Amino acid sequence: MQNKKLTDPLDKMEGNGMSNVSRRKFINYAGLSASALLLATSCSKKLDETMGENSMMQRNGNVNSEGGGKDGGKAVVNLGSGDIGILNYAFALEQLEAAFYIKVIATPYSGMSDKEREYLTDIRDHEIAHREFFRNALGDARIGGLILDFSTIDFNSRSSVLETAKAFEDLGVSAYNGAGELLQSAQYLLLAGKIVSVEARHAAAIRDFLSYGSFADSTVINSMGLDVYRTPPEVLAIADKYISTRILSQNLPTS
Amino acid sequence: MNLLNVIDEIEKKDPEIYQRLDGRRQALKQFASFSGKVAMLAVPVALGSMFKKAYGQTGTALLLDVLNFALTLEYLEAEFYVKGLAAPGLIAAVDRPAFQTISAHENAHVLFLRTTIMSLGGTPVAKPNFDFTAGNGSMAGPFANVFTNYGTYLAVSQTFEDTGVRAYKGQAGNLISSNEVLRAALRIHSVEARHAAHVREIRRRNGLLVPAGVLLQPWITLNQSGIASPLVQPSYNGEELTTQAGINIVGINGFAITAEDASEAFDEPLTKAQVLAIVDPFII
Repeated sequence: MQNKKLTDPLDKMEGNGMSNVSRRKFINYAGLSASALLLATSCSKKLDETMGENSMMQRNGNVNSEGGGKDGGKAVVNLGSGDIGILNYAFALEQLEAAFYIKVIATPYSGMSDKEREYLTDIRDHEIAHREFFRNALGDARIGGLILDFSTIDFNSRSSVLETAKAFEDLGVSAYNGAGELLQSAQYLLLAGKIVSVEARHAAAIRDFLSYGSFADSTVINSMGLDVYRTPPEVLAIADKYISTRILSQNLPTS
Repeated sequence: MNLLNVIDEIEKKDPEIYQRLDGRRQALKQFASFSGKVAMLAVPVALGSMFKKAYGQTGTALLLDVLNFALTLEYLEAEFYVKGLAAPGLIAAVDRPAFQTISAHENAHVLFLRTTIMSLGGTPVAKPNFDFTAGNGSMAGPFANVFTNYGTYLAVSQTFEDTGVRAYKGQAGNLISSNEVLRAALRIHSVEARHAAHVREIRRRNGLLVPAGVLLQPWITLNQSGIASPLVQPSYNGEELTTQAGINIVGINGFAITAEDASEAFDEPLTKAQVLAIVDPFII
């Protein structure tokens, strides 16, 4: 658990715009060769074997986003660099969302209305579609299944579930809004755009369940009419509470 | 290995590590703290001066073209909501706060785009005159009762919002050279999607103009408009796509994802030409 802190200082440096030169310098200082880092990035399967079982997996309340799929059981993932890194970042967020809604529908809170069930089921299916799309689009470059920790969520409580859903959807919107500029490929940018507006529709629907008319209130839209955006380190810091797997994001582009 | 200690060590050996920052990002960071302190109107101006430094004249021309296209659509939406809110007895009392919120956002978008265009050295396009009946100036088009019939108003509102989402999406690639303009456009894009979802929710709750057998939801199913008028169909054609980047989403990896789910999960772009054709009957 001690090394869970590893991403924090790195991410902080990334957020401050640590240049490539500085990053290389850091790697040298840290006694790692650039090729070793690349190896860790590109060979997640290898990394998986060497990391083996991790005590984090035994934390109470952990669930595997893959539902015990063949990719499950990773204790650490490296998102990688460039566009692949950003797509893996999106894949990680979609894993989180999909697993959450799968559990919401599998163990519905008491008093779930017909319309809530209808919308939440649709949202689950959309998030599964996103997750599986990224899985296939990334192919061998994809990160493995994340170990998730939903122990802070009361799945029998409407307000706990919907407040979490609201947080996830607003977070997802802010994440895609912040990630677009980090992509080099116009095709990937368009794909991210196709997804983010659906996340925004989800956010609005969930918000209207909690408080009708709060679909775009001033907690997310500023006085210039602009929605929230966040950098990957900011998003991952917020999502960290729900993700046991350590996500290494230091190779993501920063501009 | 304790990474915190490692970084401490780096700082000892290279005290300037935190200063070795790319100049532009450092400027952005300073701007971020600065922008919190200045008045809202000054922000796009300050942004614009940064854009010019970063992108020069040639890249700016394409950005201006996209921004003026977006401004035209925002003029359309902004005036539509101002007029709707001013029409006596049109908007249901329960929905009035929502339309006030949407109206405020569209007006803010107009202001933001105009100021950004000017600060990039461009000239904002003038606001056209609009015919919200879709009559090309006859003021007696197919939506002649748009400001007297709430159902018609909601249907036009939904179409404008869903079209706006598709229009911004279609321009994202043209903004890829500018992080700041792209970011701003994406941040407007998701606001339009929130609006669209809520207007759809209003229509779902009211059942106004929703054709029999159509299940209207905050997201777009196939190419269904949920509106009993074929005139809005071009705003929804293409949304039925179920293949993304060559990957079939239906039944993907063995999951029970239907064509409806697959189409809902991804919103589709429209080209500038498609959008201009859609809004043409509304512009005199």
